Amino acid sequence: MSERAPLSSDAIERELGPLVERSWQGFGMPVLELRVENLLPLVTGLRDKFDFALFLDVTAVDYPERSPRFDLVYHFYSRRHNQRVRLKVPVPAERPVVPTLTGHYGSARYMEREVHDMYGIEFAGNADLRPILLYEGFVGHPLRKDYPIEREQPVVPYRTA
Amino acid sequence: MDASSPLASHLDRTADGGNVVVNIGPSHPATHGTIQIVAELDGETVKRADVHCGYLHRGFEKEAEHHTYHKVIPYVDRLNYCSALNNGFAYAEAVEKLLGIQLTRRCIVLRTLLCEYNRVADHVTCVAASIMEMGAMTAFLYLMTVRDYIFEHLNHLTGARLTYSYVRIGGLARDLPEGWLTRLEEILVFTERYLERIHGLLDHNRIFIDRTRDVAVMTPEHALNWGFTGPTLRSTGLALDLRKDAPYLAYPELDFEVPVGIKGDNYDRYYVRMCEIDESIAMVRQCVGLLRDGPVSVDDPRVTLPEKEAVYTEIEALVHHFKLVSQGIIVPAGEIYVSHEAPNGELGFYLVSDGTSRAYKLHVRAPSFVHMGGMHTLLEGYEVADVVPTFGSMNMVGGECDR
Repeated sequence: MSERAPLSSDAIERELGPLVERSWQGFGMPVLELRVENLLPLVTGLRDKFDFALFLDVTAVDYPERSPRFDLVYHFYSRRHNQRVRLKVPVPAERPVVPTLTGHYGSARYMEREVHDMYGIEFAGNADLRPILLYEGFVGHPLRKDYPIEREQPVVPYRTA
Repeated sequence: MDASSPLASHLDRTADGGNVVVNIGPSHPATHGTIQIVAELDGETVKRADVHCGYLHRGFEKEAEHHTYHKVIPYVDRLNYCSALNNGFAYAEAVEKLLGIQLTRRCIVLRTLLCEYNRVADHVTCVAASIMEMGAMTAFLYLMTVRDYIFEHLNHLTGARLTYSYVRIGGLARDLPEGWLTRLEEILVFTERYLERIHGLLDHNRIFIDRTRDVAVMTPEHALNWGFTGPTLRSTGLALDLRKDAPYLAYPELDFEVPVGIKGDNYDRYYVRMCEIDESIAMVRQCVGLLRDGPVSVDDPRVTLPEKEAVYTEIEALVHHFKLVSQGIIVPAGEIYVSHEAPNGELGFYLVSDGTSRAYKLHVRAPSFVHMGGMHTLLEGYEVADVVPTFGSMNMVGGECDR
């Protein structure tokens, strides 16, 4: 292991500044906010320049009152810097399409399918967006705030007495 | 596959007309978890595999948005139910960090002790189940004996064998009962004696080696690319462990090694887990040495219930109790990602609070789920008989994978 110095959001900004809209430190973790079109170049830069080889997680947060409605939240880990980083990408409800990261990380395949299930966000280029935690034919996206918690869609109809 | 199946697999059409598509699971006697594997076979060889999960999905993240922070704890226990304490501590730390709570010394040491103790139970379960599927019934029964002693012992502490609901925001539900530490040492000695037998039965066992050595091999780069963490990643030789890299609780004070494998095959995954059990037992003993008397919960009116005695006699305490139970804890607005080294890998909680008593968003980065996303790469090219041992070596837990 060459260098294990902690990486601040400033250090990333110096290298990849033009791709980042806003950055700050949140509980010791650099957080970078960026636009959808800069996602792929930034992820490529993080991977190649800072060794963020482990794609940990992707999820979304729904703000129905806000425009753009969704925040897509990515977490990556760099072994060289022993550091995690968070990426936040605002995504509009009218056109919820983001490029896939399957070309960069194999693990994106499954995790993007889950976000697609739960929030209805399309990952352009991910060839396999079949339901994963839900099933074929499920209507709606359960983690959106406007999906009521009581709604039931049993895959086998309930028996009535 | 018929049209009404909840899963449409692209393997419905085989690449080669001579190949056969076999469906394994989701309810299959040889897999210990609700997972479906659709495999295209050329003779005995798996050509392509399509791993499908979600059969145990129960909307954890949706429920978490509708419950107060304390009421989420029983749900959290049901993620990886083989090591429910580890889940609870990771979740509690996310909430505590947003609240800016500093835990008591006794709580920190106790949580570390219980993390490692539960890790022993989890690894023992994983090894037991995966070798049982290869026919090693004796070793399975030995390990299940160990596991049951640990679960009974945790039952004494928490009141439940698997789903403990033992953690509280800012502390723990109760302190150790009398005699608990004495029994702990007895069980650790017992466990070590039984682990020796397992090593004797398996390490140089021709059948076991033939079934696991050079099966489902992967490189560190491959493992990182597919998001593997925990013992599965360490089996490739990469010493990546959150307890060392981003120490939490009392880990900075503990003396322990991070065992790694040589080439990332099923044998290495077995061996790494066995070595980790040894390390965990040593860590539990170190924690017992660090344990001092003191309160287990913080004295912070924002999160901790008042003494029952006071609730019955003082109006302020009664109101305070009522507010905490009916309204819940108010967590300041913010977002945080907290990850712990769970027995299976990196278990992360991404929590967004909007300043109310319910999480605005709580996402779980479940190691099992990510592992299942990459498992097909370890099945393809090996024989159909290797599917179950490989699956067993990943220790997928349905509750955690499907949430």
